[in-house]
Amino acid sequence: MIIAMPVDEQSMETTVCQSFGRTPYFLIYDTESMESVFLNNSGAASQGGAGIKAAQTIVDHKVSALLTPRCGENAAEVINATNIKMYKTINDSIKDNIDALNNGQLSLLDEIHPGLHDHAAI
Amino acid sequence: MKIAVLSGKGGTGKTLVSVNLAAVAKESIYIDCDVEEPNGYFFFKPKDIKSENISIKIPYVDETICNGCRKCGDFCKFNALAYINSKLLVFDEVCHSCGGCVLICPEKALKEKPKFIGAVQRGVSENVTVITGMLNTGEASGIPIIKNILEDIPTDKGFAFIDCPPGSACIVMESIKDADFCIFVAEPTLFGVHNLNMVYNLVTLFNKPHGVVLNKCLKGENPAEEFCQEKGIQILGKIPYDKELGTLNSDALISVRENKKYHELFFDLLQTVTKEVEHAAVTNS
Repeated sequence: MIIAMPVDEQSMETTVCQSFGRTPYFLIYDTESMESVFLNNSGAASQGGAGIKAAQTIVDHKVSALLTPRCGENAAEVINATNIKMYKTINDSIKDNIDALNNGQLSLLDEIHPGLHDHAAI
Repeated sequence: MKIAVLSGKGGTGKTLVSVNLAAVAKESIYIDCDVEEPNGYFFFKPKDIKSENISIKIPYVDETICNGCRKCGDFCKFNALAYINSKLLVFDEVCHSCGGCVLICPEKALKEKPKFIGAVQRGVSENVTVITGMLNTGEASGIPIIKNILEDIPTDKGFAFIDCPPGSACIVMESIKDADFCIFVAEPTLFGVHNLNMVYNLVTLFNKPHGVVLNKCLKGENPAEEFCQEKGIQILGKIPYDKELGTLNSDALISVRENKKYHELFFDLLQTVTKEVEHAAVTNS
């Protein structure tokens, strides 16, 4: 199974990024071959819709599961239009989360936050 | 002459100042650009109201024509378009209505449809033409409403007072863009100084002639007044921290129409503002 995870740096030793849309990198990981690829999140610095752009990247890489601590409503709308399953990470260790997924211990992410859009800017 | 009334935060007295200045003038226009929570009309209770709906343009796709090239999504700086499962998704509330995706689509699969975001109400209260911008709850930006109001202000009605939204963000910039003069309303606190500084910086950036009305003045020190002296900002007038004025205002009454004392206070302020606006017009011409 191919999975995706927002991560802080391009290394298996790095931590899970707390933001999905604004994460600097995505880890694309094959749980069978244990191969890993790191992608730049080109939407991280965008003026708006970062979650939509990030979700598009994940969908385009044809992953089966997304492991993330949180997800905004626009990104969730994109992800939920596909068959990708969204799981909530248990801590910030990449290895722990992959192990938990393999052991069937991750639960689906069902809390979707309304986004952190800076509209008012007063 | 367009005069914008602004402050770095809410509750300093923008509406008090702009409503009463408009009411004390012989003939004037009061424009409420605080579209998220307009309240000037509570005071004026305008009659003969004409309401105009305001819409923005949002793209929609003809799925029979779209071939999934994704040029629209690549173009959109706000990522309002996603292409998922051979279907284009449009995020209305992320879209900034620039129209770029429609222009760029090689297949002409995108078209625009109107989306109502609010209204502009125009009415009359004695000597004042009252124009109110109203943004629907949940909409991201009131700027299209402000643009609609300000591009079409009657010029034969004397002064136009623009009651701005609080702060110094885009929506305030849009409100003061075409103003001939800016009035800051400031509170006599350190927090008031911080907020005054924000709008002072903004207005200086726009190179607009400006002055301050010190509101809620008490006996003793006034940090906002000290700030003005330090920066050389013209003090146009002072409004006392006054229970009677506060009561009239919280009863949604227009103080200058209720009490001679306040009529004089705002009439004097209007005279000073008029002089400053004329002076600024001469200096800048």
